[in-house]
Amino acid sequence: MSLFRTELRRLAKRRIARWMTVGGLVVLVLVAAGMFLTNHKIGPEQLAEARRQIDRQHQEQVRWADQERANCERVKAAGETADHYPVDCAQITAPPRESFDEQWFLPPTFDFRASFGEMLIPLAAILAMVGFVVGASFVGAEWSTGAMMNLLLWRPKRLTVLLTKLGALLTGLLALALPATAAWFGSMWLVANLRGTTEGMTSGTWQSFLIGGLRGIVLALVAATVGFALASLGRHTAMALGGAVAVMVVGQVGLGILLAMAQVRFAEAWLLPTYAMAWMTKKVTLQDWQACDATYTGQCEPATLDITWQHSSVLFTVGIVLFLGSALWMMRRRDIT
Amino acid sequence: MSAVLEIEGLRKTYRSRRRGARNALDNFDMRVEAGQVHGFLGPNGSGKTTTLRTLLGLIRPNGGRMAILGHEVPDTLDQVAPQVGAIVESPQFFPHFTARDTLSLLAGAGGLPEQRVDEVLELVGLRDRAGERVKTYSLGMKQRLAVASALLKNPRLLILDEPANGLDPGGIREMRTLMRNLAESGMTVVLSSHILGEIQLICDSVTIISLGRRVAFGPVDEVLARHSSGAVRLRLEAVTDLPVAAAALTRSGVRVTTNDDHLMLGGVDKPATVTRLLAEQGLYVSELASVAVDLESVFLELTATAPVPGQHRQVDQSVRVDGTAPSAPAGGGWGA
Ligand SMILES: Nc1ncnc2c1ncn2[C@@H]1O[C@H](COP(=O)(O)OP(=O)(O)OP(=O)(O)O)[C@@H](O)[C@H]1O
Ligand SMILES: [Mg+2]
Repeated sequence: MSLFRTELRRLAKRRIARWMTVGGLVVLVLVAAGMFLTNHKIGPEQLAEARRQIDRQHQEQVRWADQERANCERVKAAGETADHYPVDCAQITAPPRESFDEQWFLPPTFDFRASFGEMLIPLAAILAMVGFVVGASFVGAEWSTGAMMNLLLWRPKRLTVLLTKLGALLTGLLALALPATAAWFGSMWLVANLRGTTEGMTSGTWQSFLIGGLRGIVLALVAATVGFALASLGRHTAMALGGAVAVMVVGQVGLGILLAMAQVRFAEAWLLPTYAMAWMTKKVTLQDWQACDATYTGQCEPATLDITWQHSSVLFTVGIVLFLGSALWMMRRRDIT
Repeated sequence: MSAVLEIEGLRKTYRSRRRGARNALDNFDMRVEAGQVHGFLGPNGSGKTTTLRTLLGLIRPNGGRMAILGHEVPDTLDQVAPQVGAIVESPQFFPHFTARDTLSLLAGAGGLPEQRVDEVLELVGLRDRAGERVKTYSLGMKQRLAVASALLKNPRLLILDEPANGLDPGGIREMRTLMRNLAESGMTVVLSSHILGEIQLICDSVTIISLGRRVAFGPVDEVLARHSSGAVRLRLEAVTDLPVAAAALTRSGVRVTTNDDHLMLGGVDKPATVTRLLAEQGLYVSELASVAVDLESVFLELTATAPVPGQHRQVDQSVRVDGTAPSAPAGGGWGA
């Protein structure tokens, strides 16, 4: 227990943990501020304004059509060749008033019920990144500076030490992620109230949003554990960070290009972000436009492949077992020199 | 007296895929009695740090048995760990923490009260600088912090790998008194160092290691007595004759160390034999004196690492217990 408390204390003292926390929170605040500034409430005033704009534009279109038609008739009467006018000048008409959508003329607005779900994704992404970097550095810097060796002179049970460190890391991350998620709910609710609408919320939508928030936190915990395990395996923070960059650049971009060239079906199914998305949104549907699923109406529909959050959870579990397992195994076996 | 530290037949082989295996420890034995200050000596790369790391559970041995305070290690290391304070070869600390934070986190991990941190900071003279980041410390200050971290537990066995490394003269002397005081208070200290004058002053007993094997051990005065008997200083009328004399003596089995104006001879039973031998060669002795050797010359002799003019001794060129030393024609079979 004393070790766990000490490791929590160590985590809180680490500059990278502090900076990443502050940085992550600043980004979240900026996103929320951006949401607040770009969205507007839709009231009768805005609707009236939108209608006025539609009228104006419609009239402009009508005027322009009339003018062009007149031109067309004049040119035709003069017997000049005019390829850019239709054969029958009467075809030149303005679009009807109904084809103008009010939506186009309304300022953006934040519909909590419709949009909060996807606003959970940047939150999860930031928490996951903070988790990964802090997790990697927390153990990586310990290894590379020799502080880990010092600690093992005090606590020779290596697995206990490593797992306690991981426990402290995840506890620390939870201590950040839970309030941050709560604050995100609060601030988005506020934005919706001031610059949008919170209509239509049912206990069902609330529940699904709560679960969405929870998914984000789990994603962050997974990222932190993987970062921690990689840095412990490589005994260096750079090992995990470099590994992540390598996987992203070579493994994902490179693989993406390769798969595209090889015309592999559903190439995205091989890419990690797809699974992160699927985890957050419950399901990602990939489409293959080079296949034909015939419909009754005789049209071609693209073939689809659903990646569900269950697939993602299997992938995450396998990843954690693999990386953390080998980190623990190495920890037990290796010579510390 | 009971043994605080016992090592028997310890073996450690470092394997690397490219350079193959290296026997860092090869049937190494060591024994330290309670309440002693024990010097652990050996040339560079002889296996001192490897021994201490193995003892502290940082390295997995390939064979042999070890016990600390009666506990078999590494199996029951976690039971004795609270009673063993150690620094292993210029320990590194997390550079962005202050000395106080560093010690406080260690104390926390060991379940020690916070006030102990201030006690050891005072003890090693870092009280006024404890709030500064370790990154900004000088070598000696880091070394002092390392000693502080080893003393933090108030251990029964203190293991210090080159603690004087980087200390100023005052610091070295302070360390000497500190160690004597600790030993008097009942603590056992194992001290690895290359400053043999220091070792001779503070150690009760020593173990000398060469190429992973013990070459000598026992109380300091015994080791000195055992190996100083045959030490003789020889001067000739003509300095130019020294190489001839050295060659002749070496042929007849005397260990010779060449100096500018004299030879140091080892393993001489009767000085008269030397005189006779040289007279036969037509060489005339101007001085032949038995010398009381210090630990340093015994060390150089036992490990066969005395510098030879015109040669650059490479690491790993030292005495091999069961064979002949690469650089010492007359070496072999010494010590234990
Ligand atoms: N991690 C390692 N991998 C491979 N070989 C090693 C490793 N550590 C030490 N060795 C080798 O083991 C031998 C003993 O090294 P060790 O560090 O124990 O020497 P030492 O007695 O402490 O020397 P010094 O007086 O220079 O500190 C050396 O030959 C060294 O090269
Ligand atoms: Mg060493």
